[in-house]
Amino acid sequence: MIQQYANPARFNRLAATLMPWFAWPAGVLIAVGLYFALFNSPPDYQQGDTVRIMYVHVPSAWMALFVYTSMAISSAVGLIWKHPLAHLSAQAAAPIGACFTFVCLLTGSLWGKPMWGTWWVWDARLTSVLILFFLYLGFMALQNAFDDPARGERSAAILAIIGFINVPIIKFSVDWWNTLHQPASVVKISGPAIHSSMLIPLFVMGVGFTLYFCALLLLRMKTLMLARRARGMSMAQLHQQASE
Amino acid sequence: MRFFGENLSCVRGERLVFSGLEFAVDPGTALVLTGSNGSGKTSLLRVMSGLTRPTVGHLAWQDGPVVDNPECHHSRLNYVGHLDALKPVLSVRENLQTWARLHGSTDKKIASALKKLGLEGSENIPGRYLSTGQRRRLSLARLAASDAPLWLLDEPTIALDAASVDAVRSLIAEHRAAGGMAVIATNVDLGIADTTTLNLLDFAAADEDIWEGVR
Amino acid sequence: MNALVLIMRREIRLALRQIGESAIIVLFFVLAAVLFPFGVGPEPNMLARIAPGVVWVTALLAAMLSFERLFTPDFEDGSLEQLALGPAPLEMIALAKAAAHWLTTGLPLMIAAPLIAVLYRLPDAGYGALMTTMALGTPTISLIGTVGAALTLGSRRGGVLLSLLVIPLIVPVLIFGTAAIDAAIGGIPVRQHLMLMGGFLLGALVLTPLATAAALRQALE
Repeated sequence: MIQQYANPARFNRLAATLMPWFAWPAGVLIAVGLYFALFNSPPDYQQGDTVRIMYVHVPSAWMALFVYTSMAISSAVGLIWKHPLAHLSAQAAAPIGACFTFVCLLTGSLWGKPMWGTWWVWDARLTSVLILFFLYLGFMALQNAFDDPARGERSAAILAIIGFINVPIIKFSVDWWNTLHQPASVVKISGPAIHSSMLIPLFVMGVGFTLYFCALLLLRMKTLMLARRARGMSMAQLHQQASE
Repeated sequence: MRFFGENLSCVRGERLVFSGLEFAVDPGTALVLTGSNGSGKTSLLRVMSGLTRPTVGHLAWQDGPVVDNPECHHSRLNYVGHLDALKPVLSVRENLQTWARLHGSTDKKIASALKKLGLEGSENIPGRYLSTGQRRRLSLARLAASDAPLWLLDEPTIALDAASVDAVRSLIAEHRAAGGMAVIATNVDLGIADTTTLNLLDFAAADEDIWEGVR
Repeated sequence: MNALVLIMRREIRLALRQIGESAIIVLFFVLAAVLFPFGVGPEPNMLARIAPGVVWVTALLAAMLSFERLFTPDFEDGSLEQLALGPAPLEMIALAKAAAHWLTTGLPLMIAAPLIAVLYRLPDAGYGALMTTMALGTPTISLIGTVGAALTLGSRRGGVLLSLLVIPLIVPVLIFGTAAIDAAIGGIPVRQHLMLMGGFLLGALVLTPLATAAALRQALE
C-alpha cells in the first residue's frame, strides 16, 4: 500500500551497488590528501606546521554545512511527498553531521592553542559552527523525544527546515557581533590568499570527506532500515500473541 | 448533503489500523461504528473530522472533497471525543461560550443547550468543581449549541446516568429530525432507532511490512 | 478575523484567571538578574557595562520557562483539537496564541526590564534603546517560542528540550538587542540595529505561523 511511495528493498539494492563507488574513492582521496597535507605541502611562514590542522578543520566545516543542507532537503522531501526514506536519510545524516561539526570545533580549538595561546576564541566562524552544533543536537533530541517515532521524525523535519532558514541569519549576526567586539588584528583562520600548494590538498580532502559522508550515510540508512524491520517484526509478533 | 469516504486506510503508531474502508452518511441518518477495542473507531472518527489525514483514500461532501476546503468542512461538523476540552478556571457557561461562539452560536442558543443537558442552575460553577458526568454533559452541550449538520461522537454516553443517556438520545433524534447526521462510535447499544452499523473489524488489515525486502 | 479575536480573548481571559503564572515568570526574571552581582561583584562600572546583556539574557531565560504552558494544557485537555476543528485555520490560531503569549508574558517582561536596568545602573542614554529593542524583540521571541512549543508538544521532557531547540534560534535577537543598547550608551545611532530587529520581527511574523501550524498538525494526528 505505502509501497507506491517508496520501495526500501529497491533502495537497499541500489545502496549495495553504490557503496563501493563511494567507500573506495573516499579512502584513497583521504589518504592522498593526508599525504599532501602532512608531508608534501609547505609550512605556513607565520604558523609553521600548525597550519596542517587546516586540512581537517576546513573540510569538516564544509561538511558541517553540507550535511545540514542535505538534512533540510531530505526533511522537506519527507514532509511534502511523505517519502519514508527521506526522513530516514535525514535521521541517518544527523549524527554524522554532528560529528563533523564536533571535529571542526575540536580542531579549531587545537589550532587556537598555539595560535592565540588559548583553547577557545569567540571567533566569528567558530561561534557560528558552535551554534550549528546546537542545531544538530536539537534535531537529534527532538527526533528521539516521542513515543511514536513517526511523530519524532516529522517534528524534527520541520525543525531542520526552520534551522536551515535560520543558519544564514545566525551567521550574519555572529559575523556582525564579532567585528563589533573584536579588534581587527586577530588572525583570520584562513586568509584570503592560499597558495595552490595548500589549496589542492584541501580540495582533495574536501572531496574525500564528501564521499566518506555518502558511504556512511548509506551504511547508516541501511542500519536504520534493519532496526525498523526488527521493530516491525517484534511488534507483529506481539500483536499476534495478543490476538491468540 | 451527503458526506462520504472512499477507500480509506489509516496507519497509527506504525500499524495499519484499517484499510479499504467505505462509508456514507445522508441527512437524517445515523451511522454507528462498532468493533472491539483497538479496532480503529476513534481513528476513523478523527479521520472523518479531518484531525488525522487518511494514509490513503479520500473524504468528501457532495459538493467537493474535504481537502479542498478544510475550514468549510470544520464548520459543518461538531466533534465530541474522549477529552472534554474544559478549562478548570472557566465557569460552565464560559466553557461552552468559548466553543459555541467560535462556531457562531448566539447566547440564547447557549442557554437552551445548557438546559437541554440539565446544566441550568450550574452555569456559574467553575469547571474544576464538576463531576465526571457533568463534564461529559457540558461537552455534549456543544452539540446542542451549534448548527453543524454532522456530529461525530466518540462513546458519548460514557460516565452518564440513565436520565442523561435519555437526554442524549433525544438530542440525537431531534438533530436527525432536523436533517442532521450523526456518526457514533460505541460499544454499548444506545437504543437509537433506524441506524446503519459499520463494524470496523470488517476492514481490519493484515500488516504489510514495507521494510520487508531489506537485508 | 472574528475567530482570531475570539481566540485571543479566550487566551487572555485564561491568563488573567491564572495570573500567578505570568507573575512567576516575571519574578524569575528579576531574581535571575539579581543573582549576577553576587557572582561578579557589586562594582558599579562593571554592572553598568554588563547591564544590557544581563537584562536580555535573563529575559530570554524567563521566556523559555513560559513556552511549555503555551500548548500543553490545551493539548492534554482536548481544547487544542477543538480549536483545530474550529472555523479558523491553524496558522491563525498560531498567530493568536503568539499574540496572547506576548501580551501575558512578553509585555510584563518588557515592563519589568527597566527595573532591572535601574538595579544595574544602566546609563540614562540606554533606556530608550532598551525599551525599543524589548518592544521589537519580545514579540519575535514569542513567535519563535510558539514554534518550539508546538514542535515539542507531547514529547518526553518537553520543557528542557524546548529550550535546546529555541535558544540557538534566538541568538540574533540577543546580539542586536544588546548591541543597540550598547550603541545608544556610546552615542552611536541605533537605527540600523532597530531596523534589523524590525526585520527579524516581520520575518518571524510571516514564517513562524506556518511552521507552528505544520507542527500542530503533526501533534494532533
